[in-house]
Amino acid sequence: MGSENSTLVKLNNAGFKQNDKWLVEGVSLTVKKGKIVTLIGPNGSGKSTTAKIALGIYKNIEGSVEKYTNKVGYVPQKISIDWTLPLRVYDFMLLTENIKDEAIDEALTLTGVIHLKNKNLGNLSGGEFQRVLIARAISKKPELLVLDEPVQGVDYTGEIALYELIKRISDTLNCGILLISHDLHTVMTATDHVVCLNGHVCCSGTPMDVAKNNEYKTLFGEQASQILSVYEHKHDHVHSDKGEIKKN
Amino acid sequence: MFDDFFIRALIAGLGIALVTGPLGCFVVWRRLSYFGDTLAHSALLGVTLAYSFELNIALSVFIISSLIALILIQLQKKTNLPGDALLGLLAHSSLAVGLVVIGFLTFIRFDIMGLLFGDILAVTTDDLLIIWTGGAVILLVLKLIWKPLFASTVNYELAEAEGLNPDRAKAIFTILMAAVIAISIKMVGLLLITGMLIIPAAMARNISDSPQKMVLFSIIGGLLSVLLGLFSSLEFNTSSGPSIIMAALVLFILSLINIKQSIKLKN
Repeated sequence: MGSENSTLVKLNNAGFKQNDKWLVEGVSLTVKKGKIVTLIGPNGSGKSTTAKIALGIYKNIEGSVEKYTNKVGYVPQKISIDWTLPLRVYDFMLLTENIKDEAIDEALTLTGVIHLKNKNLGNLSGGEFQRVLIARAISKKPELLVLDEPVQGVDYTGEIALYELIKRISDTLNCGILLISHDLHTVMTATDHVVCLNGHVCCSGTPMDVAKNNEYKTLFGEQASQILSVYEHKHDHVHSDKGEIKKN
Repeated sequence: MFDDFFIRALIAGLGIALVTGPLGCFVVWRRLSYFGDTLAHSALLGVTLAYSFELNIALSVFIISSLIALILIQLQKKTNLPGDALLGLLAHSSLAVGLVVIGFLTFIRFDIMGLLFGDILAVTTDDLLIIWTGGAVILLVLKLIWKPLFASTVNYELAEAEGLNPDRAKAIFTILMAAVIAISIKMVGLLLITGMLIIPAAMARNISDSPQKMVLFSIIGGLLSVLLGLFSSLEFNTSSGPSIIMAALVLFILSLINIKQSIKLKN
């Protein structure tokens, strides 16, 4: 089946438990070539955990993960670089794979930080570092990109440009993207499939489906629902205080 | 010009410095200095076993140090004690066991000072062979695991996510640590081996802006320390280990002056 061949990673009812507490459970999702799947949900809802399950960082999981590619680019949510390491942006770009100089320059130019190439990683600002992280992940020309809040700390105009870049990369490289984002505008415009998490999958589907979902509205509030609805050009004003949320 | 023993010591020391340079960088980066100490302390037990069963010292030290590393990994999994407590437990108990065993081996005369601080007179032609072939193997293996080991040193999750198998690299590196201690114990002594790993690497950190440069300067620093240390050891009739480590310390202090100057230049 053609659709099976384009699958990059597939989670089947996956979950992860730490210290007897479920961080997330019962997640099923599929990332295919050229598609963007976005995870949304409040803090502590298991978005990063789900990404790490998909990447194979967590080993003892419930359910299963099928991964069909080894060409992976990852932008983690949190990363602390140790001062004991003398590390320039250039060295960091070569961290997991030997990449040609042209590809490094191209990626750094795309994310707007080519001028920092020979700077020490420890001297970058939060936003600059975030741009370097994205450049590193895309310079490998990966088949699967996992981006965990990739534009945190980036200035507003930069944010929009970077999301456009991510969308473009998904198209040009035909790679699958698993994106974690709080920016609902982005979610609406760029995403093919949205998974709304709250310790479990509370709803999923196209952005439009999710926007209409009552559980989503309860979780994010009416305003968030309206943001999404703007794109639909009609307001969905059904108040749903009774929307059910399954708690762990 | 020089006595044979001194030439042997020079060749041995330079061989060791070539290996401790790059390995020492990882010890500094991964904060493993106390781990290195623990393996080195357990080496005494390895030496006593070598004498008891007439084994090669380097081989016996390598086996015991690897065993201690394995025990440490098991203890970390099975207890809730913090890592440094476990390291201290293993370091001092293996040292104690080693010393008690020495007490029983009354038929052999031990040069305890030589074991603790190194003895250039003790280096034989066989030792040179062990140091240089062992050293070459260690460097080759380190080169092979460099990418996953370095990537996971920077960030474990990135390395794991992008398919580099950092756990395997870490396990192999642990064995390399045991091996480098095994080949340097006669020359530097078990109390000072960690110094040989850390001090040149620390000096290199002060004057490097990239990992490759740090490895290079660490090797150069180690080689210079061995040369300076051994010549002064000959001149002043001091133990080889402390003399080499003191030379390394002098280089480290010089690298600090270099930092001060560059800060001044920037202002």
